[in-house]
Amino acid sequence: MDRVILHSDMNSFYASVEQAEQPELRGKPVVVAGKEELRHGIVLTKSTEAKKYGIKTAEALWQARAKCPDLIVLPPRYKLYRRYSEMARNIYYQYTDLVEPFGLDECWLDLTGSLPLHGGDALVVAREISERVKAELGCTVSIGLSWNKIFAKFGSDYRKPDAITPITRQNYQSIVWESPVRDLLYVGPATERKLHAYGIRTIGQLAGTSDAYLRRRFGKVGFILRTFARGEDTTPVKAYDPTRRDVWREVKSYGNGLTAPHPITTAADAQALIWLLSESVAQRMRADGMRARTIAIGVCNDVDLSGYGCQVKLDRPSAATRHVAHAAWALLHACEPFDEDHPIRALHVRATDLVEADPGVQLSLFEADEPDWEGLDACIDELRRRYGNTCIVRGTELLDASLVGLDIKDENTVHPVGYFHR
Amino acid sequence: MVKGIDSRRKHYVQVLSRTDEDGHITPVAITWEDGRTFDIDRVLDCRQAASLKVGGTGTRYLVRIGRTSTYLFHEDPRWFVEEKVMG
Repeated sequence: MDRVILHSDMNSFYASVEQAEQPELRGKPVVVAGKEELRHGIVLTKSTEAKKYGIKTAEALWQARAKCPDLIVLPPRYKLYRRYSEMARNIYYQYTDLVEPFGLDECWLDLTGSLPLHGGDALVVAREISERVKAELGCTVSIGLSWNKIFAKFGSDYRKPDAITPITRQNYQSIVWESPVRDLLYVGPATERKLHAYGIRTIGQLAGTSDAYLRRRFGKVGFILRTFARGEDTTPVKAYDPTRRDVWREVKSYGNGLTAPHPITTAADAQALIWLLSESVAQRMRADGMRARTIAIGVCNDVDLSGYGCQVKLDRPSAATRHVAHAAWALLHACEPFDEDHPIRALHVRATDLVEADPGVQLSLFEADEPDWEGLDACIDELRRRYGNTCIVRGTELLDASLVGLDIKDENTVHPVGYFHR
Repeated sequence: MVKGIDSRRKHYVQVLSRTDEDGHITPVAITWEDGRTFDIDRVLDCRQAASLKVGGTGTRYLVRIGRTSTYLFHEDPRWFVEEKVMG
């Protein structure tokens, strides 16, 4: 028997929430954007009305304003969005326990087992969910219905806002297969270019390619994409575990990055940012009971926005802020001269190669005893849990006045989970 | 728009409420900014809902006060009503 999978996508989420909170914004071009004075001034979400002016996500604010002079620009209120996201999920939970969040605004629901309890017609359930979100949250959703997650997601993207699109065994060839490959989950600009180069323009063409051809041209990922295109994906909807963190579960790495409020040209400023980012990365690792064996950094140049990355292996796995920061700083220090000619725009710190913290660490016989840095961090974590993330900060982080008061962990860690991260 | 009512305004109010052992919250009385207190005679309806008039969302109680009924929203932790702005 085919599964019954529903994908629900809240339309222009951040902007819709703002419009639901402030009715006077309804019907007006609204964008939610990062803080301009911190040089984060890009469009995060645009309302349907703003979309009509051709405003795109990730566009700089000055570009957006040029397209629409009356544009209303709002700062993001992540706490509020999380509340709405949770409320939407609470509605979904009344239909099934198998709800898999994909970012804040999207969810898959597996209704296969629970559908008979709700009358047996998936379309009726989809309509009910859509109506309830509208009445209880004041936002609209677009919903896709299918027998696999990929087509359900395709359906919710196919028509928006406020629409329900069933992709069935009868209609998928005429709807999905006629669409450009770009509309398939995980076909981004690079893959699209490659597919186009080989004459594959529609999802149907991708579904029809032969084994030998795929292996030669695309390797493993080609087969995955073809499975997606044929509707043969059998990935289960994974119920999210409320004891773990809100949006992500099995994590392969922890990373935080930040565009600095001003170009970084001194070692002290760079060091402050490295510590700030490392702190958040290490703190998140500790909260999940993990340690990392590898630390990586990413650097973005302020002149031409070019970037590079490098990584280093730690002597032993650690989740201590000090170890993460020292490793990251050593990498950056080896790569950057820190002068006016080499300004840095953005930095990224990532901890990968994770191991569970539980089994303990093999200590070395020949090294002097180190202070218990993780113990110190545990104290700091406890303070932060009780009094907030900015209640205690490193001296290094105070060196750059423009970074003081930034709360990376709470403000900058809204990531969608990857489809393959499981 | 109803005759005489120009628009609506989100107005946070002081509410006396009762929480039972299951966590259900029942509003008992509303105190207006001028100090007048209105006893809630009955809760006629209670559901999750968005306020389309003034924005925001939460648990919406339809309460009867004397002969009129009105919506009271619990935005957790605050309460608000959709205040009438007379034209």
